[in-house]
Amino acid sequence: MKTTPTTARRLGLVSCHDCRLLLKAPPADKDAVACCPRCGSVLHARKPNSLSRTWALVCAALILYVPANTLPITVTTSLGSSQSDTILSGVIYFMQSGSWEIAAIIFIASIFVPLAKLITLVYLLVSVQVRSTRRPRDRTSLYRLTEMVGRWSMVDIYVVTILVALVKLGAIATVEAGPAAVYFAAVVVITMFAAESFDPRLIWDILEEEA
Amino acid sequence: MDSIRSHHELQPADSGGDADPTSPAEHGRLTILACPDCDLLNRFPTVTQRTHICLRCGAVLYRHRPDSIDRSLALTCAALVLFIISNSFPFLAMKSGGFIQQTTLISGIVELWRQDLYALAAVVMLTCLAVPLTQMTGLLYILAPLKWANRPAPRAHRVFRLILHATPWGMMEVFMLGILVALVKLGKMATIVPGISAFSFVVLIFVMAWAVSNLNPAELWDRLDRRR
Repeated sequence: MKTTPTTARRLGLVSCHDCRLLLKAPPADKDAVACCPRCGSVLHARKPNSLSRTWALVCAALILYVPANTLPITVTTSLGSSQSDTILSGVIYFMQSGSWEIAAIIFIASIFVPLAKLITLVYLLVSVQVRSTRRPRDRTSLYRLTEMVGRWSMVDIYVVTILVALVKLGAIATVEAGPAAVYFAAVVVITMFAAESFDPRLIWDILEEEA
Repeated sequence: MDSIRSHHELQPADSGGDADPTSPAEHGRLTILACPDCDLLNRFPTVTQRTHICLRCGAVLYRHRPDSIDRSLALTCAALVLFIISNSFPFLAMKSGGFIQQTTLISGIVELWRQDLYALAAVVMLTCLAVPLTQMTGLLYILAPLKWANRPAPRAHRVFRLILHATPWGMMEVFMLGILVALVKLGKMATIVPGISAFSFVVLIFVMAWAVSNLNPAELWDRLDRRR
């Protein structure tokens, strides 16, 4: 038995993004902006221009991911000699010096999560654009996971902040933030925006249109 | 932004469908919600003690919270006190030879600013200071009048929307992980002593998460309804 599921769109309803109040869809009028009567947020049936916005942000993040990983994130000056560390060289240093937990945290948060997040978003975008009907529930869960986990990438930025503030021991040692720190922060912020601008309901819309 | 609102008559649809207002009382009223992740219309009793999950995609649609306003309000007040403590004392001190170097969250941001890393300083300030502070004061502004005056504060719906949009950007728990990593990283070259602030930070993170998890957005939106 296969029944078409009753969605808000099929019944001509929209649900408010912010307070989830269910309303009769406003007439399709390009110039009019309809607002939710309960909370005042602007109503859209789907997030506006979801696919192109997400693509743009994903591309920007992918480009910034390169300098974020190749340029130094910290520059340590100790007794006159200075040493630059990239994110990866920091991970390798921790692995060799035996603190593998820290190496794992930094590797997962700074290298694995941003890349996995970008790959996931590209996969979701492509799957919507080729009108895939495979495993919509799993794809939706994947989206929810992506949205939740991204914030933890910020940890390296905070480590740099703390090091920079703490290690100012005059002539003995100083730590300065390298150029990669800015690029890296940009990657994290942009991927968070990218995840937010993707609308998972697009995955399900295809299912109904194909049915 | 309010002024560009059009004048379409928007009809709420939340009591439509099968929920017949003349049906016997034991049927109760039904809430119909569109799943935010898959758009499926889900129906469940308006008065419910359960957590309701979307039948199709598994998104959490409604979570019952007992005494939601009282608990969130109490925890928000606690969080605000902890936030002040966390930012008034150094969270780490480093001893190496004769040097002692202390840092607060604010001195870290100032140091980034001094190194001309303005964007970075701004990101850290927003995610660890501005957003959590907005969240806490905003919640206080919304909840206190509901609790004691039994009516919403002026423009409370605006404030609540701001909080909903700001919440993903508050990253104090990530900052805490950063403190731990820095502790280990510097542990080899110097003695690191966590300060009062580090401990209050840990408690703050849990209290804040607890306050937010006690919120019941559905109930709050009902009470903040600007049509009233």
